[in-house]
Formats: sequence, structure tokens, C-alpha cells
Amino acid sequence: MLPEYKTSVTKVDNADKMAGKAIFTGDIQMDDLLTAVSVRSTIAKGKVLDIKLPELPKGYYFISAKDIVGENICNIIFDDWPIFVDKQVNYLGETIGLIVGEDKGKCLDLAAQVNITYEEETPVFEMVNSYIYKEFTKGNPELFKGAAEIYSESFATGYQEQAYLETQGMIVYFDNDVITVKASMQCPFYIHKAIMRVTNYPENKVRVIQPAVGGAFGGKEHYPSLMGGQLATALLKIRKPIRMIFDRPEDIAFTTKRHPSRTEISAYLDKHKNIIGLNIHVHIDGGAYKGCSGVVLSRALIACTNAYTFDNLIVNGDAYCTNKVPSAAFRGFGSPQSIFAIELFIHHLANHLGIDPLELRNKYMVKQGDITSTNGIFRDPIVLKELRDKAMKMSDYENKVKLYSRPGSNRGIGMSWFLHGCGFTGGGESDIIKAKLRIKKDKDGVVTFYTSQVDFGQGNRTTLKRIVVDTLGIPEDKVIYDAPDTSLTLSTGPTAASRTIIIVGGLAAKAAQHLKDIWVDGEEQEIIEPYVAPNFIHWDEATMQGDAYPGYAWGVNIVEVSFDPLTYQIKVDGCWSTYDVGHCIDERIVVGQADGGIVQALGYGYLENEVAIDGKFRQRNLSDYIIPTIEDVPELETGFVDNPFPYGAFGAKGAGELTFVGGAPAIALAIEMAIKHKVNKVPANPEYIMELLSHED
Amino acid sequence: MKINFVINKHNVTVDVDPSMRLLDVIRNELHLTGTKEGCGEGSCGACTVLVDNIPYDSCLTPIANVIGKEVMTIEGIRESKEYNVIADAFAKMGGSQCGFCTPGMIIATYALLQSNPHPTDEEIKVALSGNLCRCTGYQGIINSVRLASQKGEKND
Ligand code: FES
Ligand code: FES
Repeated sequence: MLPEYKTSVTKVDNADKMAGKAIFTGDIQMDDLLTAVSVRSTIAKGKVLDIKLPELPKGYYFISAKDIVGENICNIIFDDWPIFVDKQVNYLGETIGLIVGEDKGKCLDLAAQVNITYEEETPVFEMVNSYIYKEFTKGNPELFKGAAEIYSESFATGYQEQAYLETQGMIVYFDNDVITVKASMQCPFYIHKAIMRVTNYPENKVRVIQPAVGGAFGGKEHYPSLMGGQLATALLKIRKPIRMIFDRPEDIAFTTKRHPSRTEISAYLDKHKNIIGLNIHVHIDGGAYKGCSGVVLSRALIACTNAYTFDNLIVNGDAYCTNKVPSAAFRGFGSPQSIFAIELFIHHLANHLGIDPLELRNKYMVKQGDITSTNGIFRDPIVLKELRDKAMKMSDYENKVKLYSRPGSNRGIGMSWFLHGCGFTGGGESDIIKAKLRIKKDKDGVVTFYTSQVDFGQGNRTTLKRIVVDTLGIPEDKVIYDAPDTSLTLSTGPTAASRTIIIVGGLAAKAAQHLKDIWVDGEEQEIIEPYVAPNFIHWDEATMQGDAYPGYAWGVNIVEVSFDPLTYQIKVDGCWSTYDVGHCIDERIVVGQADGGIVQALGYGYLENEVAIDGKFRQRNLSDYIIPTIEDVPELETGFVDNPFPYGAFGAKGAGELTFVGGAPAIALAIEMAIKHKVNKVPANPEYIMELLSHED
Repeated sequence: MKINFVINKHNVTVDVDPSMRLLDVIRNELHLTGTKEGCGEGSCGACTVLVDNIPYDSCLTPIANVIGKEVMTIEGIRESKEYNVIADAFAKMGGSQCGFCTPGMIIATYALLQSNPHPTDEEIKVALSGNLCRCTGYQGIINSVRLASQKGEKND
């Protein structure tokens, strides 16, 4: 049976994308376009003593830290990541310079001949040097002293590659005297800011325009700022258009990925097997530079009790400096790591106590009015019970649990439930992002509005436009909404944190409504609408106390697998999901997010293995970094429970990341049932399963 | 070396190294940018084209291998009436998100439905197993191929 999407409209970018007419960064044609390739460090830590260049033919250039006009800094929250290595190398493959010239093959040859002398230092690859620490408590942890029993476990998650199908790429050129950038990106204004700082150019002399973007998932949130700084430096010196596109091995080896993690959880139990409280410590591997690791850590910690309420908590987290590629944003942003840990922990604890896991989970399930991990309040109606019941029914969960739990069965079914806070953590929206949206109308009643939101496949260009069209109640062809261009739009913030629809969509609806209110035919009118956070939100970043998010989206994933005891292979046989994303504005688009999110998450849970040995990733390309293919995916069934959110556009909440966070625990629990052994790590791949089962004999 | 072949029903001659990848000839010499590069080593299918009606990874195909043959890229396929049925199905079923895998997916679908107008789900999966998509989770793509197959039937 094929689905019917009654609430959906044709996506604005469909026709071009299917016909191969959409222009991605690599497709842009330009005269005199030069190519840049990177010269990278061949050690993980040490000092650069000397750089010997081969003879550069005419028209070939070496660009390095020495050429930077402004500051050699790529700010990603902190000022610690240099655009080019100056003296100190902190990870293998860090960019020392660029070779720029006409022919890519020649550039690569020349880059390989650059001879760098180092004074090597001892690198650190393990999580031992913490560079960010956070902590908070809830309730009265003193009560832990009276515990009758303490139950502890530790969980680990690996690296994950975003594996967007289009690799990182960027073009820079002068348009008159304006540095102009087109790139595969998520956040035009991040690049804009990075380039201003590196070149000392003023705001109006740097322009960032979004071409078609082939997937991002967090991986193009920060990294393009670094490329922007490098290429803009080259542009100032060479003054010709330059393009840099990574091939897949380069993208895998040297761009940011999901933070590996280890999470320790202890439950303090009274003599009636009630949980007095939990002590949770999350460790994440941040890599060579802090970047956004502090924010990732915050989200991991805030989400560490997931959709459960515990009255007493001690929560700690560390991000560690290691001499590896910096870890950064990836769909879920820290919460997949800690939610994996708590979901498995509750299950294991129930088994330990001899209680039905579902019963234990139900007992602590979050209800409206409960206090969050950071002493905020779950204010809005929570429909998690309905989501759970619906998913259990769709999957025939209870019968399958009975059947597959029997000895000898090689099948398993696992369920996770979870929440995702929408928008930036804490005061991020009102204190840091400060989104402003511009909407204007011309004399003929044609409305144009601008955002800095990038559509890299999610469908937000279609939905944001629709929000404005429906609010104004005018025909679709009377509204113009194009991809971001920093010379036209004010910043409505980055395309990240599942904030696009809930925050920017809400802002667009408000702006359109204001325009409608003052609408006068035949006149030019313009409104600049600033984001105002709901006034009940209070957050203290220093103590991590208060309401971490304006709203929460919720979900349940159920995954069914079978296990081949001869090959240790896992096959996914079924996958059912239910979500509360507030109100679905466009069901086809949201289902698209749901399907794409869960499949990435299943990959994270059992397939996608990325291992660094001495700072070097063992996986080179998509032939050894395995992501799910169409043959790995069962029929995906998705349902929704409508629960309109009062502060978003048309009741919508965020959907982008929610669909990722529950997949790994669901499949890990299914695998546990199938292999009849506890799982404490993802990916639960054949090697890990073999290791688990070999200990049994 | 001068190399002669047919691209999208037009004869062309290019003067390139015979070991050059078909993908580079298509993109850089003929400026047909609908064919994409996702991995450069035969793992992703973003570079899929038809050579004498059979899908090939153009990143693994030296140009010398297509001498005298008929190559079809998305720019050629999109002129066919079958394309309209497939593209319409992809739009209705959410078969495309970022669009980077999409030309390759559409070509693989086109080739499948040409040789097997009513594939089973298993046959769809086998035919598209060389084409990676990181956005859709494949459900929208499977549904698109199912719908295109049904629609094609009505047109027969
Ligand atoms: S680019 Fe040819 S298969 Fe990936
Ligand atoms: S739609 Fe993005 S990779 Fe398939």
C-alpha cells in the first residue's frame, strides 16, 4: 500500500533536483577557476620547524598562515582552532597550507612534494585530558547515602561519519570588491563571520550565497567556516576564483564527526527496589579543538535522563582534548550518546532487579508538570503514552517479546522512547542567535521574505514558504522565498538544533501576520520581526539550571532484528516509529525526516564503524565505512500523534534530530534479545557481538 | 587521443587521455553536471549513467571503454516520457531530499523499469542496491519506484 500525503504540497526544489538541473558547488561553471588542495600535517602533534616548497610553476601558489591578513582563528564558540597551522600541529591532517593553481593533478603533485620538518611531541588519543567540565544536581543527592543497593554500568558509542552524499566544497571569488562565497553549507552567517575576521573585510564586503547542498546533518555547520578562512586568504593573494572540493577519502579523514562517548550510570536503590536517584557521568571525545564540544556536552547532560523523571540526580560531564580531528555537530548533538546509555541502563537495571523492563520504564515515564533534569518544567501536554501504545500495536510488540525471549530464538525486538529539546540550548536563541526576519511587499502585492536557513534536503524551503503563504492567505506565486544570500537576508540563525520550523517558522508566521495586519494595497511595505522567547523560559548557563528548551518533541522507535549465529550478522526485519512533532505541517516532508533519521540511527547502532588508530581513521571511503543500503532497510512504518505546540508555526515542533536519537538504543535492545546477551556499546557489529559471545564459553 | 561516442543521442568526439574517467569527461569536458561524484570508487552510484542501456558507475569507467557506445545521462533521460512518470512518482512519494543521489537513483530506476516493468520489492532493492542515499532512508525511494511501476502499467 502506498501512502497518501493529503497535507503535502509539491516541494519547491523537486523538479530541478530530479532533472539534474540543481547546481551544487561542484557544478558551478566559471572562467579562470583555480583549484585548491590542502597540504596537511603528517603527524598528530608537534611543532613545524620548517616548510620546504618545491619549485612552483607560474600560476601556482602556496598559501599558509603567513598570508593571513586578519586573525588566524576560526571561531567555533572558542577561539582555539587556527585557520592554518602556524607552529603547533594538534591533529593528523591539520591544514598547513593550500596549493592553488589551474590543474588539480598538478596541485596534488606539488602538495605531495612540500617537505615539512617537525619536532614531534607525544600525542594523546585517549580521553584523559578534560578541557570542559560541567555538572549539576537535582533534588537531594544526600539521600543516596541511604541506598540499600547501588547498581552501575558503563556504555560506549563510537564515531559516526555524517556521510552526506555531497562532500565538502566551496568556491570563493571577487564580485567587484566583494569576497563572494558559494559552498556546501548549513550556516551562511558562520562563514560570513569567519571570513570577516580572517580578512579584516567589513560586513558588506563579504557575501555568502547558498547553492544546492547535498546533505549536511551537522557536518556542514562548522567545517565550512574553516575552509572559508583558508580560501578567502588565498583569494586575497591570488585574486582569481578558487574552488576546493574534498574527495571522499579526504572528507572522511579530516572533517568533523560525531563525538565518541562513554557514559557511566549508577542507580541508588532503596530496599523496595525504588530508584532514589541516579549518578551519571558522560565523557565525550572532543578532539584537538574545543569547537562546539561544550554545547554538545550540555545537550548530552540535559538529555541524560531522557523521557524519565528521577527526583534526585548528580550529573557530570567532561569533554576531552585528544590529538584527533575535532568532533562537532551531527544530528542529535550529544543526546544520542546519553540517551543510548540511559535506555539500555533502565532495561538492564530492570533485568537485574527481576522486574519487567516495560514496567520499570512506565513507572518513571515523564508526565506533564514533571521537573526536568535541570529543574525546569515539562509544561506542555505529553502524549508519550499514546505514542508508546500506538507503536506497540503497530509492531505487535508484546507478542514478539514473548516469542523472541525464548531460548533458542535468534530474533529480537527492542523499543526506545525519547525526547528532543527543540532550538538552541538554554538562552541561546534570545542571547546569542537573536534571529531577525525580513519580509517585504511590493506595490503589486508580491511578498518576499528572507531567512538564513539552508535547505540541504529537509524540505524547509517548501515548509517555510508555505507558512508565509498560508498565513497571508495569498496565492503561492505571490510569495518569493529563495535560498539564503547574506547580502539580502538578516541572520535568522544557523540551520541546526531542530530550530528551523519551531523558531524560524514561528518567526515567519508572526512576521507574515504583522504584514497582513498592516497590509495596504498598492504600497511598498516592510517588516523586520525579531525573535522573542516565550517569557516563562528561564535558564542559567553557569549552573545549568532552568528550562533548557522552549519545547520538546517526543518519539518511540521499535526495531525488530534477526541474528545469524554463524556469521554474527544482524538483519533488520522491521521498524516502527511514532512521533509527536506537535502538528505536522507537511506530512510527506516529516515522514522523510523520520525515515532518513531512523536509518542513519540504525546505521549508528549496528553498522557504521569508524575507528581511529593513532589518530588516523581506518575507514577510507564508503566501501569500508559502511552506511545502510536499500537492502539493509525494512519497510519503515511511521505514525504521529497530533499535539499542537502553542509557540511554533501552526503548532509545529522540531523533527530533524528527534528521528535520530532513539534508533541506536532500539536496535541495541533488539540485538540483546536476539543474541541473549547484554549490549553496552554501539555499533553492535559482528566483531563486537562475537567478542560478547566468546566471553560466555 | 580522439574518442568517439554517443551521448544523449548526439555524436561527440573528445580529445582526452583514454584512461580518463567517463565521469570527468561528462562533467568537465561536456559540462553535463547532472551526473554526480559521491565516492569516486564505485560505492555510491551518484555517478550512474547508462552505457548501451545498462547502468554503469561512470567513476569506474575509463572513457576508452565507451568508444562507439551510447551513453545516457540524466540530461538525456529527462527528455523521455518515462522520465516524467518516474519524476512524478519521486515527487509524490518523497523519493528525493537533498537531490545529490537523485539523478543516479532515477537512472537506476529507469533502467530497472525498462527491463522489468513490474519488479517485486526484492527486485527493486537489488536494482538500487548500488545507489546510496543518506537522506531518505530509502522508504520514499522504494515507494517512488512502486508508484512509477504502477503508473507505467496504466500507460502501457
Ligand atoms: S562516484 Fe561513482 S560510485 Fe560513487
Ligand atoms: S536525497 Fe540526499 S542522498 Fe539521497
